[in-house]
Amino acid sequence: MSGSNPKSKKTPKKKKNVSNYDSAELLHYYREMLQIRRFEEKAGQLYGMGLIAGFCHLYIGQEAVVVGMQAAIGDGDQVITGYRDHGHMLTLGMEPRGVMAELTGRAGGYSKGKGGSMHMFSTEKNFYGGHGIVGAQVSLGTGLAFANTYRGNDRVSLAYFGDGAANQGQVYESFNMAKLWDLPVIYVIENNHYAMGTAIARSSSETHLHKRGASFGIPGVEVDGMDVLAVKEAADMAVAHARAGKGPIILEMKTYRYRGHSMSDPAKYRTREEVNAVRAQSDPIEQLKQTILEAGFSDETALKEIDKEIKAIVNDAADFAKDSPEPDPSELYTDVLA
Amino acid sequence: MAIEILMPALSPTMEEGSLTKWLVAEGDAIQSGDILAEIETDKATMEIESVDDGIMGKLLVAAGSENVAVNTVIAVLLEDGDDADAVPTATAPAQQPEPSKSDAADAPATTPEAPTSPPAFEPVVPMEVPEGTKMIETTIRDALRDAMAEEMRRDEDVFLIGEEVAQYQGAYKVSREMLEEFGSRRVIDTPITEHGFAGLAVGAAFTGLRPIVEFMTFNFAMQAIDHIINSAAKTRYMSGGQMACPIVFRGPNGAASRVGAQHSQDYAPWYGHVPGLKVVAPYDAADAKGLLKSAIRDPNPVVFLEHELMYGETFDVPDVEDWLVPIGQALVRREGTDATITAHSRMVGFSLQAAEILAQEGISVEVIDLRTIRPLDEETILASVRKTNRLVTVEESWGRMGIGAEIAAMVTEGAFDYLDAPPKRVHQVETPLAYAANLESLSMPNPERIAQAVREVCYV
Repeated sequence: MSGSNPKSKKTPKKKKNVSNYDSAELLHYYREMLQIRRFEEKAGQLYGMGLIAGFCHLYIGQEAVVVGMQAAIGDGDQVITGYRDHGHMLTLGMEPRGVMAELTGRAGGYSKGKGGSMHMFSTEKNFYGGHGIVGAQVSLGTGLAFANTYRGNDRVSLAYFGDGAANQGQVYESFNMAKLWDLPVIYVIENNHYAMGTAIARSSSETHLHKRGASFGIPGVEVDGMDVLAVKEAADMAVAHARAGKGPIILEMKTYRYRGHSMSDPAKYRTREEVNAVRAQSDPIEQLKQTILEAGFSDETALKEIDKEIKAIVNDAADFAKDSPEPDPSELYTDVLA
Repeated sequence: MAIEILMPALSPTMEEGSLTKWLVAEGDAIQSGDILAEIETDKATMEIESVDDGIMGKLLVAAGSENVAVNTVIAVLLEDGDDADAVPTATAPAQQPEPSKSDAADAPATTPEAPTSPPAFEPVVPMEVPEGTKMIETTIRDALRDAMAEEMRRDEDVFLIGEEVAQYQGAYKVSREMLEEFGSRRVIDTPITEHGFAGLAVGAAFTGLRPIVEFMTFNFAMQAIDHIINSAAKTRYMSGGQMACPIVFRGPNGAASRVGAQHSQDYAPWYGHVPGLKVVAPYDAADAKGLLKSAIRDPNPVVFLEHELMYGETFDVPDVEDWLVPIGQALVRREGTDATITAHSRMVGFSLQAAEILAQEGISVEVIDLRTIRPLDEETILASVRKTNRLVTVEESWGRMGIGAEIAAMVTEGAFDYLDAPPKRVHQVETPLAYAANLESLSMPNPERIAQAVREVCYV
């Protein structure tokens, strides 16, 4: 059903060297990215129907970042991020049902409906939130790495934050301590070019955010965050660096969000042409799809089958999130103190 | 099957909006993510994206339509095999989705009333000090150090972090000789970076470690208050009980002497306001030791307020194994019958001096050491006021919205019929604290001012 619509996405022309990858790995990334996208589209739809309220920050466009990073870490490694957190949770293997039900504020949500979109956690999957105060997760994530050093294990922590958070003071307080004590933390800056509605050039004196660790002696790398394979390669390098005891490292992911900052963002600060150009040229899912097809790892029919399976998972999550009861009123006063 | 596309809400409060423009036409192939239309409210213009693939079957609401109700079917998308002509043309709002209630289907349709008060805090059991127990004269400084050292010997997960806690031995020498005993892995000097190290410690506590965070004074903790409240206090609730944050934030609080406004403030009411925190403010060395040990073992974040002018004062500490004082329990420091004074930290000493002055005048005063600010031991206070019928509150913080204001309200609610006089609050005057000796002295409570307040509630 493509071709006739002028707005159909074009695929990029550059051909990738995939000799280091096999079909299973690339199809896994494809599936993971697609699951985030379909999940977020569904969340946007439920928001429009009034089933999700408050703030809801969608990850559409940035999928390659978490999927590529996740592929490089292992059991026991920790992840923490800000409020645009749905993609991180799905990629960590948290249940789509539990995430969606938290968005609808129901008892079946990861926080029993008491946290919402920005506040979910999973001790089982080592996901430490889900934080609504911009930049807080950077100090907290540095603390996760501190705990690994304290315990003498070889785990690493991933602290994700955006180009907006990169201007918070505590980020640099954290950089200083992380390098001072060579803590195993990877700072993943998801530079989607807009801090809410403020373009990076309007907010940052140094817009190359991977250089922001230079005065602390923290190395930084710029990565094409729209290319899951580029992310994976950078992530492998960074995780090896941190795990080897060489201290923190910064990965600046150049990425882009297609949707507004949150659901109620009128997006007056950028043009539709800009958004469409990124979608047409650099969409992370379309890029990988092209790579998979060119490498002969799969065909359109098989990929459509994956799409169908994911739609079923997402629809099941949405149904669960609609049907799950609201938290029992007796939950109002639980979980304040132990 | 045909997919209905509904008029979305841009915000939870939106009920209707305008459909300003269609960006697709009937018959267009649509992929998920394609922009279908623009809608507008008085606040914003937004684009509707397709969530599904298909062929645009019918546009049911014309471009330019105003007052389109949320959840109206505005278009129908056809999937393979659908017939566009079979699509209904009605544009009435689709049925509003109703969140399901927690009741089972056969239960009454109304939502049950929320409980009106939180469940009681777990009962706390004070330790008995057996007759003849040896007492050891100890400074508050050393009592705090002993508490930390004992807990660090007991539990490998406990560590001390803060400015000057290791090599310098603590800015107020509270962590004297701890670096020597525990090493730099567990006694950690930080840069001057309160926001950062508080956040780092909270992150470590999320993993189950038990940090003791020393602030050189609680005035500097203002730089870190976001992590104390938003990260430490709220996470258990926000995670539905999954995450814990066992951490102690401690350091000197309140006014020292002649250090000016920025170094002189009692934060008890600030932290006492926050659900998810426990707040402790001991007066003597036995409580300093026993409460700090309890705070370190507590599974919740605890704000532990010390007093700079008290570190060198000496009190008896019972020489018993593992001396613990439960959090949440006030202590009647002096029994009396004519009026009740509540106080915490250094003001307990001033209140005891006031009681001594008043005893000379024939007024019998009961002095309650709050010891814990949150949870407040309401029962001990109410029982005392029911006996004395008069209340004076004392604190170093400002009076407005303060600890005394809270206690006065609580007593008014809980023992109104027992009061023979309006409660009276003694507190710092409502100014930043002055440096000049005479102005500083005019600002703060002292034993004579407390005694005078008691005389006033006793109408003498």
